[in-house]
Amino acid sequence: MTTTNEGQGPLLEVRDLHVEFHTRDGIARVLNGVSFSVDVGETLAVLGESGSGKSVTAQTIMGILDMPPGKITKGEIFFRGKDMLKMSEEERRGIRASGIAMIFQDALSALNPVFTVGFQIAEQLRLRRGMNKKDALKRAVELLDLVKIPNAAGRVKQYPHEFSGGMRQRAMIAMSLALDPEVLIADEPTTALDVTVQAQIMDLLAELRRERNMGMILITHDLGVVADVADRIAVMYAGRIVEHADVFSLYRQPCHPYTAALLESMPRLDLKGQELATIKGLPPNLLRPPSGCPFHPRCRMAVDQCVAEVPQLITLGMDRLSRCFRAEEMITNG
Amino acid sequence: MSEPTIASQVEVRHVEAIVGESPSAEAPQQKPDKADKPRSLWSDAWYDLRRRPLFIVASALIALVLLMVLVPQLFTSADPYYADLARSKQLPSANAWFGYDVQGHDMFSRTIYASRASVIVGLLATLFTVLVGGAAGMISGFYGGLLDAVMSRIADVFFGLPFILGGIIILTTFRSDSPTLAEAMLVLVGTIAMLSWPVAMRITRSAAITVKQQDYVKAARALGASDGRIIVRHMLPNCLAPMMVYATIALGAFIGAEATLSYLGIGLPPGTISWGVMINDAKDYIRVAPHMLIFPAAFLTTTVLAFVMLGDVVRQALDPKLR
Amino acid sequence: MVRYIIRRLLQLIPVFFGTTFLIYYLVWRLPGDPFAAMCGDRGCPPAYVATMRAKFNMDDPILIQYFKYLGKLVQGDFGTTYQGLSVGKQMAMAYPTTVKLAVIALLIEALIGIAAGMYTGLKGGGFLDNLVLISTLFLISLPVFVTGFVLQIVFGFQLGIIDVTVPPSAPIGSLIAPAFALASLSMAYVTRLTRASILENKRADYVRTAVAKGLKPNRVVGVHLLRNSVIPVLTFLGTDLGALMGGAIVTEGIFNIKGIGNLVYRAIFFKESVTVVGVVTLLVVVYLLMNLLVDLLYAVLDPRIRYE
Repeated sequence: MTTTNEGQGPLLEVRDLHVEFHTRDGIARVLNGVSFSVDVGETLAVLGESGSGKSVTAQTIMGILDMPPGKITKGEIFFRGKDMLKMSEEERRGIRASGIAMIFQDALSALNPVFTVGFQIAEQLRLRRGMNKKDALKRAVELLDLVKIPNAAGRVKQYPHEFSGGMRQRAMIAMSLALDPEVLIADEPTTALDVTVQAQIMDLLAELRRERNMGMILITHDLGVVADVADRIAVMYAGRIVEHADVFSLYRQPCHPYTAALLESMPRLDLKGQELATIKGLPPNLLRPPSGCPFHPRCRMAVDQCVAEVPQLITLGMDRLSRCFRAEEMITNG
Repeated sequence: MSEPTIASQVEVRHVEAIVGESPSAEAPQQKPDKADKPRSLWSDAWYDLRRRPLFIVASALIALVLLMVLVPQLFTSADPYYADLARSKQLPSANAWFGYDVQGHDMFSRTIYASRASVIVGLLATLFTVLVGGAAGMISGFYGGLLDAVMSRIADVFFGLPFILGGIIILTTFRSDSPTLAEAMLVLVGTIAMLSWPVAMRITRSAAITVKQQDYVKAARALGASDGRIIVRHMLPNCLAPMMVYATIALGAFIGAEATLSYLGIGLPPGTISWGVMINDAKDYIRVAPHMLIFPAAFLTTTVLAFVMLGDVVRQALDPKLR
Repeated sequence: MVRYIIRRLLQLIPVFFGTTFLIYYLVWRLPGDPFAAMCGDRGCPPAYVATMRAKFNMDDPILIQYFKYLGKLVQGDFGTTYQGLSVGKQMAMAYPTTVKLAVIALLIEALIGIAAGMYTGLKGGGFLDNLVLISTLFLISLPVFVTGFVLQIVFGFQLGIIDVTVPPSAPIGSLIAPAFALASLSMAYVTRLTRASILENKRADYVRTAVAKGLKPNRVVGVHLLRNSVIPVLTFLGTDLGALMGGAIVTEGIFNIKGIGNLVYRAIFFKESVTVVGVVTLLVVVYLLMNLLVDLLYAVLDPRIRYE
């Protein structure tokens, strides 16, 4: 894969993606028109509660969504200007891991328990790059070294359960880098880890992204994690992107009540002693979504219009989008 | 000898094979949202069960068998004990749907009446197995330690006995020479329970260990609840679901076990009306009078199938993982 | 790993003594005088009975008898029957047939069970899946003597393509039908187990990872999915082989196979206690050793066990 971009557009672009799940209780519309893009060397954070559709988005991009129950009903995903959803399965397979790679939330279950870590890293090198066993294993040691696993040469022969949580996630990262991907999707890479380890892993990811000039999609529910790492943030709610902004603008002036509420519910040092704000209510049931704006039942700024119609994405400025009728109000009053 | 009769199914590895099962056309569990209203395990299972055709088929069959057990007269007016050698081994006809056996008994009537002995043995054996194994498993799992180790080894001893071989030896040891039907049944029930309780014990034991480690049990203990109270209030209800599934399948299995042992001539005494005894009577004539074998065998298999099927669907419905 | 093996081995010891003693106890207190039917109507001369009682240590307490018996067993002496036949020789004659039958049955259940389980597990749902599920339930409910007789009637008497009874030399061809009868139940279990195992692992995260690594579907299924799914199936087959090697009283009876099941069945009815105890002890040892092997196999297949 060369580094020249065939089309004009960004490295990876998702356009108007719709996904639904067919369950026993009915059809759940999990993604309702998600669009975003990531370019070389850039980090996009996709932020949302569980059930907001962020992981489904990642799985759809990777082509690892379980279908059924999942079904892509509409949309395009361009990688280097080519729509991956129109590619043959064989073509898509060629992009996985070498074009777009993914790291998963729970490295313990994402790594195969019955093979050594070295085998699992070397496997791709042998099968996709035609390396022989010895060279592939040597490269695996280098990769483990790269993600700062001590005693990498000894560690390649060990099984995933012999690694600690943090080390396992490092091994997972090493595995995802084996074929030098251009885009790395990290699906909640630190959620399963201790707080101290979380910071180390995030630093490692940021460093690797810089060194290799990859595009990165960082999926998380934790606003605190993204501030230092992301360039832009897309906030998702009920299968839609409700706000999109560069990281500074978003923190300074959220333009969607949901983002604002998320920010307020974050513990802050300067507000010590005050009670932490929470978002009332539960995420919507996607089998029976509320009318209009899906956030309106929980929104303190909701007006009659929010109940009646679904707000469209409004452009507020350079790369600044919000799906709220009162977005401009929020800016002026903010 | 772990002959693969249905009886060996009561061995734990086999039950696991059934227990570790997944439904087929079920919508996968990956639900993006939570269920709107919380339902209890049992009402959820019931809701699930009513929609499964296999459940309805199994229940209907079991109801039919129970009806045969309780009021066989409903199905046949012929006397199962009346024998007429003149009609020995006659093939099925309009007069006698299932034909006649060697001694000229009406096969249809006998097949219907035979359900009684088989089901009674099955029910009692299940009851004993569940009570003994369940209590042993509960105590073993709850107290752990040395007691658990000793009881588990004792269970292993009985588990190590091949089912049919063990059954034959126990039966020949404890059977008197000319037992009454009640005696013979009791010995048979005891034998089956003796060879099967380790399975019931393993199931409750592992359920009890799981429950014991739950926080609410630790909390109850911290609040000073007695052992007895914890067992009755927390352990028992949680062992109930796996036990019920096991009991249903075991009931089918034990009916098959009764037939196998009776077929070997050491279960219920000759002359008793039971499917196993009938098949034993038939085995020397399978060339000339296959109907003597086929009808009791079909009834036996269908009854066993009904219970196994019921156990299987109940298990699927009770397993939250599969929903 | 070594500790794991040792612990398993230690657990086997009490079970071995417990099971063999239980059998010994039960068999030697079989009701009736073992010499009653031996010497015709007049009964055996008292002198003969006395020699025999001494020979079988029948005047010792049962526990002493048991250990004396075990002592001889360790030297490879299974004893002789009342008629003076060597129990060891009888077993050596019968056992190869039983092992042959067991291996054929195992092959049948493994091949058909794994194939059917894999097919339905990978496909999931649909008509064939439901058909297989229901037929496995049916097979599970079918007592082996019914299966045996039905095979015998249909393929033996009516179609004439199988031997109705197995000749004493027990050629492999004649054992196929009995092996089917013997294997049918386990075949159903293997099918269900394989299917369930594949269904469970199919959605596992590591399978997803393998796909995300851009591996070919064949590789994902053939290496990552199968390697994990096969663990419970292989351990089941191992345990089942242990059980099958214990012979099959019913199947051997129906097809008149001169195997170990047949031997022990006759011995029980003729009150040949020495034979019964000898055979059962051997079977228990085989069964326990197979279980130990299965534990080892499990540890080899699943690295997580090794570090328990």
